[in-house]
Amino acid sequence: MNNDYFGYRGVVADILRKINASVGDRIIVKKKDKVFEGLLMPREKLYGDKPIIVIKLDNGYNVGVRVDKFTEIYLKEKRRERKSFLRYKVKTQRSDLPKVVLLSTGGTIVSKVDYETGAVRPALSVEELTEFIPEISDIAVLDAREVLNVFSEDITPRDWESIAREIYKEMNEGVDGVVVAHGTDMMAYTAAAMAFAIRNKPVPIVFVGAQRSSDRPSSDSAFNLLSAFLTASRAPFAESVVVMHGETGDSYALAHRGVKVRKMHTSRRDAFQTINDKPLAVIKPYEKKIIIVNKIIEERNKDKEPVLENKFDEKVALIKAYPGFQVDIIHYFIDKKYHGIVIEGSGLGHITNRAVEAIRRAVEEEIPVVMTSQCLFGRIDMFVYSTGRRLIEAGVIPGNDMLPETAYVKLSWILGSKTRNLDEVKELMTTNIVGEMNPRLTIDLFPRWLHT
Amino acid sequence: MIGKLNYEEIGLKVGLEIHIQLDTREKLFCGCPTKLVETDPEDVFVRELRPTRSELGEVDVAALLEWKKGRKYEYHAPRTASCLVEADEEPPHELNREALVIALAVAKALNMYIVDEIHVMRKIVIDGSNTSGFQRTSIIALDGYIMDGDKKIGIQTLCLEEDAARKLGEEKNFVKYKLDRLGIPLIEIATAPDIHDPEQAERVAFKIGQLVRLTGKAKRGLGTIRQDLNVSIKGGAKIEIKGVQHLYLISKVVEYEVMRQVKLLEIREELINRGVKEENIPETIHDVTDLFKETRSKIIRKIINRKGHGVYAIVLPGFKGLLGKEVQPGRRFGTELADYARVWGGVGGLFHTDELPGYGISEEEVKRLYDKLGADKNKDAIIIIADEKEKAYKALRAVIQRAKQALKGVPEETRAAHPDGTTKYTRPRPGAARMYPETDIPPVEITEELLREAEKYVPEPVDVKLEKFIRDYGLSKELANAILNDLRLDLFEQLVEKYKDRLPPKLIASTLTNTLKMLKGEGIPIENISDEDIEETLKLVAENKISKEAIPEILSYIAKHHGTTPMEAAEKLGLTRISEEELDKIIEDAISQNMKIIMEKPEKAFKIIMGTVMKIVRGRIDGKTVAEHVRRKLQEILKNK
Repeated sequence: MNNDYFGYRGVVADILRKINASVGDRIIVKKKDKVFEGLLMPREKLYGDKPIIVIKLDNGYNVGVRVDKFTEIYLKEKRRERKSFLRYKVKTQRSDLPKVVLLSTGGTIVSKVDYETGAVRPALSVEELTEFIPEISDIAVLDAREVLNVFSEDITPRDWESIAREIYKEMNEGVDGVVVAHGTDMMAYTAAAMAFAIRNKPVPIVFVGAQRSSDRPSSDSAFNLLSAFLTASRAPFAESVVVMHGETGDSYALAHRGVKVRKMHTSRRDAFQTINDKPLAVIKPYEKKIIIVNKIIEERNKDKEPVLENKFDEKVALIKAYPGFQVDIIHYFIDKKYHGIVIEGSGLGHITNRAVEAIRRAVEEEIPVVMTSQCLFGRIDMFVYSTGRRLIEAGVIPGNDMLPETAYVKLSWILGSKTRNLDEVKELMTTNIVGEMNPRLTIDLFPRWLHT
Repeated sequence: MIGKLNYEEIGLKVGLEIHIQLDTREKLFCGCPTKLVETDPEDVFVRELRPTRSELGEVDVAALLEWKKGRKYEYHAPRTASCLVEADEEPPHELNREALVIALAVAKALNMYIVDEIHVMRKIVIDGSNTSGFQRTSIIALDGYIMDGDKKIGIQTLCLEEDAARKLGEEKNFVKYKLDRLGIPLIEIATAPDIHDPEQAERVAFKIGQLVRLTGKAKRGLGTIRQDLNVSIKGGAKIEIKGVQHLYLISKVVEYEVMRQVKLLEIREELINRGVKEENIPETIHDVTDLFKETRSKIIRKIINRKGHGVYAIVLPGFKGLLGKEVQPGRRFGTELADYARVWGGVGGLFHTDELPGYGISEEEVKRLYDKLGADKNKDAIIIIADEKEKAYKALRAVIQRAKQALKGVPEETRAAHPDGTTKYTRPRPGAARMYPETDIPPVEITEELLREAEKYVPEPVDVKLEKFIRDYGLSKELANAILNDLRLDLFEQLVEKYKDRLPPKLIASTLTNTLKMLKGEGIPIENISDEDIEETLKLVAENKISKEAIPEILSYIAKHHGTTPMEAAEKLGLTRISEEELDKIIEDAISQNMKIIMEKPEKAFKIIMGTVMKIVRGRIDGKTVAEHVRRKLQEILKNK
């Protein structure tokens, strides 16, 4: 039976249903040698098949009690109406401050914990946000709404289109900045997508997330949000950026250009780093300081009319070169009528010579093939080795120093919003549009790793 | 002092909460070693904690104040004893199985009901001692008992939890913590309030500690065991006393807490007799800075010269004489009020009229104070605080509230123990802890396999051990008891196991008990002697490199010269064992030098030669061997003559 009951399945679910016990109700579990009394807790679905019932004892601890045929379970008391928590007075917003809108795409950048059930619920109203981060009301007039509710890893190019539309709408309504709360896994992709999808931006688009969930006191979400609001409301640039912790402590954040940023760590607060470039700015939220450290490409100017070019082609593949690479993979995408392929090649931009003919076939069928490097750092150069030259000759478009992810987003955008003409695609792919390429890679742009 | 018999009448109830660090290979939720380090390279970072308001709804008001102050935490992360998990930069790993198994073993030994599935919880703690803002804790077992003579003392819960970071210090807006201690597994054992006198509290605490040590997996040394006490008496209140570091302090802390509650109840009686009512205590705070413009009190003069600072006063009608009443040795009711002023206002302290004139404040100033506030010098007490206005106001408001509570009796409090056994107020007793599930860690089902694994750590009952020590190890009953009650019992068992063929258990036991006790009695800092030092020294005896007589001197040297190895100490002291050939040579020299006397008084020859030789070889070879050799040599010589 698949319909679980608060995560429970099987015998436990049956019993709980029968006695009409819901989460938060006081129940009694009588075992042969022991009686437990406490509040019924929900079960994480992954473990729902175990014949174990989870209750919260009066001392606040949860314990799992095994249910066998001798176990008796009673409902003692239905959950009582919760006392509402003390409400604090929310500061009224000052109308002379810049207007910033927070668009959330899912997840819980701000959340509240229900200590009775352990449930975490998102807190997205303006009131809740200002209650959580009172400092915001000194920075901007805030508006907030949810535009999407999906996990970051489930986001598709279709979602980029709707996010772009919402941002565009806000820009036309005259906001001074847009903050987009986004799960961190795929945030860099969406940030890159917005760089291309809205051209001639009047104000910045600031992506922000949290590496430590917001239900804990040590969450980085407040610090990041504060930095993001500061950037959105005051930064002199009008680009799509990611604003996250700059180091492990709560001292400064960094604003990274969306097309140059990459999540480089699974869990650290400072996971986001700019590759092959410097971040755009250092943000000190408590001092309300924005220090520009790189060249601005698009300046803030509210007179600019934004242009929406938000079509993304979903039939684009991102594939990686590896020693056992099977050429069938490329043929598969050609056969399936894909519109474009980005290769994350080795070194200077290579893939096995066995693949050259397949790539030639793709290009002949008008499918652009773009080469990037899995080294991430450094630039593609396909003239140094014969394999590279062979690939160029077969029609591969070199991706310069673009991140593979950015090349993928850009190709999807060109094919969706601009053109499917191979020559034009090539022309656009090799043109620096929003700072996705850095023509000068200086020695300092490669981090030093530990060796002692 | 209250006689022992009275505790029953007073209705004393004590519950213990004992935290013991486990000596596991790894920490509770990561692969770091469970050790504290001093000079290892470290990374430093600053963080803040931000509780959501709902989390603080009704909890720790003091903690909320702390957060509002914009307090930041500076973390020192030594690379040899912490990783991304302690830095709150990586999710916790699965619950350490070794720690779990030890906890299960202790639970069994405490006759507890082991839960079927363990759920790790997050307990909100926002003083910065946990980088995450919560402590990870889990209930392992419930409802057991331990026997104290023929009395059953209930054990309510056994929890397995992570230790907090080590506080290094505090600056104005900074608290510094070191992350080496964070994550070390702790067993927390909470007894029922079944303890009814101070000595019993100490005895039960010892027994619980001993039981955990008997698993061989408890850490030893300062800070590895911490005791919290819950003390109440009839008509008093439940007081939580935190951080009693030494076992021997427990009975004193309980005794002093009983004394405090009794005295507070007496103060209440007296106030009622005097007709004082809560509503008669005014909430007005007076600015009396003017009165002290010319004061001879250096402290006050220094403070009022600062901008925004002054002297502020309140009247406590009918309190005259009560503020000076002693509630614990060296602590008066006025000291209790001063605690509140410090905690809530952050002021340095207060003055009350029961101690004035004094501290440079003149009789004239006290008189003017009474006049200005319209108070009765014979009935009322006045409290003054000299500080920044805002702080003084906060402090005095807290003092007024505390004074009002004096009419109700004993307020519920959390207190901290001083080294002399007295305690001070730290904060109100927190409401129910804010706990929610740690979703990063999967629940652990307790399987038969885990329980079987636990069996190997379940400690032998004390009486079984006693018999084994006497029968198998040949210890006297006295020595067996001494080692059983010794903190180093686990070390004794390890060493016996390792060296039983080469060293008599008796020597190991007496080194750990008698020798160390003797050195301590001589004022030698034996806390500098590590387990390794003791083992190394005994090993030298086992390997015949030193004689057992050299042990006290070597240990004493190590204690005084921290960092010396036993071998180095033996060499420095000239206590390395000499060979029997060398001994014979020394004996021959002694005989030839004393030949004349030997010849004249052969009956005294042995004593003379023995004395001379022992002066040279004491501690370098055992006396028995020396005597044998001296006797043989003398016989040879006397026979030849």
